[in-house]
Amino acid sequence: MAHCHDTGIKINMPENARRIVLAGNPNAGKSVVFNYLTGLYVDVSNYPGTTLEISYGRLSNNVIIDTPGIYGISSFNDEERIARDIILSADIVINVVNAAHLERDLFLTRQIIDTGVSVLVVLNMIDEAQKQGLKIDTDLLTDLLGVPVIPTIATKKQGLAQLKTAHILAQKGHVDGELQQKLTHLADRLGSQGEALLVLEGDEVIASRHGLEPGDEREQIYLKRREQVNNIVGHVVSESSRGAGIGVTLGCWMIKPITGIPLLIITMWAMFQSIGVFIAGTVVGITEETILIGFYEPAVRSFIEQFISLDSNLGFILTGEFGVLTMTVTYVLGLLMPLVVGFYFFLAMFEDSGYLPRIATLVDRVLTGIGLNGRAVIPLILGFGCVTMASITTRLLGSDRERRITIFLMGLTIPCSAQLGVIAGLLAGFGPGYIALYALVILAVLVITGTLLNTLVPGKSTELLIDLPPLRLPRVDNVLRKTGTKSYHFLKEATPLFALGALIISTLQITGGLAALQKMLAPLTVGWLRLPPETATAFIMGIVRRDFGAAGLTDMALTPMATVIVLITITLFVPCIASILIIFKERGYREGAIMWAGTWVVAFTVGGLVAQMSAIFGGSSNTLGIPLVIAVFIAITISVLLTCRLLQRSKPGSGLS
Amino acid sequence: MTLGNAKRGQHVKIIHIPDENIRSQAIRFGIGEGAVVFCEEVLPAGPIVLRKNRQEIAIGRELANRITVTLN
Repeated sequence: MAHCHDTGIKINMPENARRIVLAGNPNAGKSVVFNYLTGLYVDVSNYPGTTLEISYGRLSNNVIIDTPGIYGISSFNDEERIARDIILSADIVINVVNAAHLERDLFLTRQIIDTGVSVLVVLNMIDEAQKQGLKIDTDLLTDLLGVPVIPTIATKKQGLAQLKTAHILAQKGHVDGELQQKLTHLADRLGSQGEALLVLEGDEVIASRHGLEPGDEREQIYLKRREQVNNIVGHVVSESSRGAGIGVTLGCWMIKPITGIPLLIITMWAMFQSIGVFIAGTVVGITEETILIGFYEPAVRSFIEQFISLDSNLGFILTGEFGVLTMTVTYVLGLLMPLVVGFYFFLAMFEDSGYLPRIATLVDRVLTGIGLNGRAVIPLILGFGCVTMASITTRLLGSDRERRITIFLMGLTIPCSAQLGVIAGLLAGFGPGYIALYALVILAVLVITGTLLNTLVPGKSTELLIDLPPLRLPRVDNVLRKTGTKSYHFLKEATPLFALGALIISTLQITGGLAALQKMLAPLTVGWLRLPPETATAFIMGIVRRDFGAAGLTDMALTPMATVIVLITITLFVPCIASILIIFKERGYREGAIMWAGTWVVAFTVGGLVAQMSAIFGGSSNTLGIPLVIAVFIAITISVLLTCRLLQRSKPGSGLS
Repeated sequence: MTLGNAKRGQHVKIIHIPDENIRSQAIRFGIGEGAVVFCEEVLPAGPIVLRKNRQEIAIGRELANRITVTLN
């Protein structure tokens, strides 16, 4: 117990191997260094109790472990807690710092040095620092920190070669004398200076591991450390000219509403054009129609035909309308894969360029209205990639209340990339009226539900406090690597679920269950949603995966209005099986079940409202129907907003001031 | 005055941050109590963007309203 060197993750440690841990602030270039040092042989392990992935690989005889980007080691969020445990178990820490951001980054460096571990500092992005007119005295920095400092430009591979052996040079750095005394005193009892430091800094988890009360000296230690860092920076950094580059100017524009909102709209429009129009139309036309339906499916059918009759039950399951070998493969590879790749590509560019935190700042005001702060825009945008993955990233939000609201809103209103691609493809052909109807109804549901949740869910949300990293051009290799990894994960996760869905539908078809279900759901689909009975199939498929449901529509001949109604309903109702599982895991069974049931109720209520209203207002033509339906939804939204505002006003001590 | 009243282009000195966790995170970013920061942008009813050297931090309006500052 005295030696608590347990990181929690299972890593095969060869004998005599040392644990080299890579640590650094977000955007310091850690991942580039990690990929260079480990080469192709990287393992990924889930951190227990979380779904955060930790990568590790080999560096000669030693094991090198990556950690999430953090500003300090403490317990402010999950990422910090994980990084804290891994760093505390390290034999050597390679600390990657951004040379253009020393004031921020050296705080972590000093904290790691204070844990008493051997440290090597990688002074990365010296080219960027130079561009900003900064000159850094590396020798003096080495002296002041007491650990070796190696200047690098990781993206250009400069200085990285010597890192492969440089970890031997790592040493323990200078710790403030007064602090060292306290640490030594406490470390005698705990067996580790690092844990002693965290106990002194009031880390409850580490303190309770040792059965101690957390210390109350965090602020004192932090202030002293900040002072030392400012001191070091004052000595080693000399600033010559400071040119405000295009990046700084653009960064300002992204935040100011008057320029930021148009920029955001242009970005979204560019995304829609690339993914919804170009990929969903041109690229999918080639991959789905020409390659898979044109060549692959006939080939599979003629191959299977040699062994069994295509009309037999097994033949139908394998190669029929919903064939595991035909439809599954065509949908996954031909239809969804290109869309998913396109979406992850944009997402990686957002992440890499530093645009995401600026969007968070821009939309903060709007999100506070639904009980969130700007930071929640990150999971919400990621939700457009994959709701499942994004539900996990809600862990970066500051309170349980925000996680609850975000996860529900995401499950309800955010279509994932695969689904969005199909939706964009379907809607693009109908003209702007139907696109507006779809988008505004979904947006109205988001605003109404969010406002209601903010009024009804007890507790208080945290406020925005976010670092805006310097804006930079996304690096092609980084973007491509991220796109590749995430697309691969999508394939791995989606394919079995798709096959399962296809299997279920085929079985239902053969046994006559599908027709029975269609009949059973008829009052709902035909009566309430005013759709043809076959659409029930899309709903059933949608339970397995939402995009699967939407994809099923591409083959049905529906009127534009009917299509929009189905799309609205499918978007709002149950997220895919994978995301439901994650929601249950993240929120517990009771809350998860309520959320799941909630999405069904909302989906069919809203879908039905649109159907009924368009029938009443529009009759046979939709020129009048669409604007009227939109007007009704806007009216409902405004009245909900006003009611909630009044309710909050009458509640003393509420967030509105 | 509070940070929420700060105007774009002003230099302000942080006097008091009420919440302990926020205070610690602010120290990490170098904008703890006593730091002089530049008010880079004020979004209408939205966040305040601060700059300290090359470090930019966005702070939500309600939090900014609880942070005491003086003009510098």
